Amino acid sequence: MSGREASELSVEGVVGGELGPDDIRISPDTLRHQADVARAHGNPQLAANFERAAELTAFDETEILSLYELLRPGRATAEELRARAEELESRQAPICAAFVREAATVYERTGLTA
Amino acid sequence: MAEPDDARPIGRVRFMDAQRVNLDGFATENAELGMVAYDSPADPTPSLVIRDGRVVELDGRLEADFDSIDEFIARHGLDLAVAEEAMALDDLAYARMLVDPAVPRAEVVRLAGGMTPAKLAAALGPLRPVELMIAMTKARARRTPSNQAHVTNRLDDPLLLAADAATAAAFGFRELETTVPVLNDAPSNALAVTLGSVVGAPGVLVQCSVEEALELELGMRGFVSYAETVSLYGTHQVFVDGDDTPWSKALLASAYASRGVKMRVTSGGGAEALMGGAQGHSMFYLEARCVALARAIGAQGVQNGGIDSASVAASVPKGVRSLTAENLMVMLRNLESCSGNDALMSESEMRRTARTLPTLLAGSDFICSGFGSIQRFDNMFGPSNLNAEDIDDFLAIQRDWGVDGGLRTADTAGLEQLRRRAAQVARDVYAWFGLADFTDEQVELAVDAAGSKDLGTTDTLAVLNAAHTIKTSGMTGLDVVSALQQCGYPEEARRLLDMLAARVSGDYLQTAAIFDEQMNVLSLVTDPNDYLGPGTGYDPTPERQAEIDAIRQQRSVDDLRRAQDDPEEFARFSVVGAATTGTAAGEVVIGLSPAVGRAISRTLSGLTVSEALAEVLAGLEEEGCSARLVRINDSIDLGSIGLKAARLSGSGIGIGLQAKGTALIHRRDLSPLANLELYSVAPTIGRADYRLLGVNAGRHAKGATPDPARNPYSDEAIEARYHTRVVALVAIERTLATGGVPEELQWKGES
Repeated sequence: MSGREASELSVEGVVGGELGPDDIRISPDTLRHQADVARAHGNPQLAANFERAAELTAFDETEILSLYELLRPGRATAEELRARAEELESRQAPICAAFVREAATVYERTGLTA
Repeated sequence: MAEPDDARPIGRVRFMDAQRVNLDGFATENAELGMVAYDSPADPTPSLVIRDGRVVELDGRLEADFDSIDEFIARHGLDLAVAEEAMALDDLAYARMLVDPAVPRAEVVRLAGGMTPAKLAAALGPLRPVELMIAMTKARARRTPSNQAHVTNRLDDPLLLAADAATAAAFGFRELETTVPVLNDAPSNALAVTLGSVVGAPGVLVQCSVEEALELELGMRGFVSYAETVSLYGTHQVFVDGDDTPWSKALLASAYASRGVKMRVTSGGGAEALMGGAQGHSMFYLEARCVALARAIGAQGVQNGGIDSASVAASVPKGVRSLTAENLMVMLRNLESCSGNDALMSESEMRRTARTLPTLLAGSDFICSGFGSIQRFDNMFGPSNLNAEDIDDFLAIQRDWGVDGGLRTADTAGLEQLRRRAAQVARDVYAWFGLADFTDEQVELAVDAAGSKDLGTTDTLAVLNAAHTIKTSGMTGLDVVSALQQCGYPEEARRLLDMLAARVSGDYLQTAAIFDEQMNVLSLVTDPNDYLGPGTGYDPTPERQAEIDAIRQQRSVDDLRRAQDDPEEFARFSVVGAATTGTAAGEVVIGLSPAVGRAISRTLSGLTVSEALAEVLAGLEEEGCSARLVRINDSIDLGSIGLKAARLSGSGIGIGLQAKGTALIHRRDLSPLANLELYSVAPTIGRADYRLLGVNAGRHAKGATPDPARNPYSDEAIEARYHTRVVALVAIERTLATGGVPEELQWKGES
């Protein structure tokens, strides 16, 4: 998410250490643009996925894996899920927050909570 | 007389029982166990009730009773704006739209968006096989078809993985999927296949199929460029048994997208029955739920068509049909179809071919979601329906039908060089990171190996150590780019960086995206399928068609002419002069075709013409007959050659011998097509047969009774093997049949 264009990425830059992992990361704006493209091509669900992903760009690998783990069956109580939703809300991830809240409600009703 | 044995079937039945197809399991339909392809009594009648913009009933179930799958589809998966129109549509009316060329893809996709799982299942149920194929041709997302390979081996040997990945890329596969027999080897396999892929071709996508969290980590760190093994199931219970929920899977989809990594999900008819959790539903209905859920969670594509449970579906009536219908359902949900044809679904060559052929002919985003590019025993997913054993078959079938199945003929001479470079790249990069040290000998073994059995003993602990180091060192795909450059592989470094840089723009996150070799993204967005009946849609470009047509086994007349050029053989024959009519009663004339001694040196059975002739002459000599050789220059027809020879013969008996080896015995008073003995199957005529021909001709000349020859029996596809050569040889004969008078020849045998 360095803002460098893909065409600016050179092997020499990688070897010289001027380019790092941030230079090959997709930005939230690009994901939102891809969401618009997906919607224009008849797939609002793919668009919604990209919009969730746009929020997740701000989270590191460990945080994402931890959120995934929390959403697996029987891992968390509804309260724990809602608490995580609050945290997501506070970190500018309202779409993901709503998504986790929805999961909490459904998990409670369908026996997927811890 | 022996009493019939009731327990032992008759020979015909025993023979049929012994055929390989009878190793397959065939199940009686059993709806309770979910062992039914379509229409189980427990499948719901399609229904959708929307109140105040909210789905309150889905396929016969009320909101309060929704399971997690219903809930997710109801909240996220349906286009409520078209739902009323779509649900009211008659099933047959929709089925007919699918095969009507006047109805564009966009319209059938729009309507499917408003259909519940049961509704779409009901609408696709009536489609017959050919109708499914027409619908697939129209409905797949990407215009250009493609194919995916498995690249694995029993030993997780990195050098062989790299060489085989490069090989798969050379054969045209645009996605490579690896996996591991030993889970902890995964990071090494991912690296090795990625290294091989960048040697093989630009723009090849790579995945490593392992447990969800590890697969995600490999993707995020840049060791693989897409993911596929995100499994969905059609019942709540089986889903939970798989340790996931629709929400956790949707989060995974978003996680991949957040790092710019392509992903698709996996499902497949029969999976729930196999896991004992079908709850009385048909395979197709449960798969309809999976596909609706795939769309709902925002995956761009689905790998389905049975997959690991393909043989479960194939064991019931119409099961194979339902596998193809599953693929179509994915396409109609506007998703990328990675169309199964992976797990080997039968011991029968015919059944497994028949299972894949419709997909190949109709075309799909990926014909196979795992063509085993390695040998069956090395496929760590289990043998695929198609494997390295079948690559030449597949290439020939593409060419037969003139269709693009995504593969091309790899330059077999260039393969050695390519495999060596791939193995060397892997060795050097592994050494660079201190992962493992491989010897020159190990590189050469991997270059030559047709499979891991050719590697001898390898150090499997070294692989495990390498994998551990990759996992714990924090190294990333960018570090591999750097290592490639510094090890002296700038082109491979560039190719890998291009794959990593593609994450920045995210264009390959769109539906059905692949890269071509110029790194252009081909997807629903950039390369949309525009099929609207004959004359529209995808056709291979002339360059691609030439690639499909030019299989390495094809031969031209010129190739054959060169192979037949043998000056030493031709020098044995010399012209004495114009042929005269003989008078000696014991004389037999051997009529030779125009190309004998001039352009064709060998018969189809591999003998030189001289070797065949020597036997004929020896046979005549045994019977005390004399022989004269006459080359007929105005006909290539064997009957005519033999008859002309007979008319020049003192005994009235003539032999006709074509350079390709076909022969007969003729008599001067017969019509051209009526002969005394015909030796017609040239590829099977050996020395003993030519000897017998000479003997029998001699006996005919003397008025004795010959023991007629019988054409040797063969169950091989003799015509398939030799007809192309026959056409070329006949063409060569034709150019030499210029109409001159018969010439008497002198022949020098072995001295």
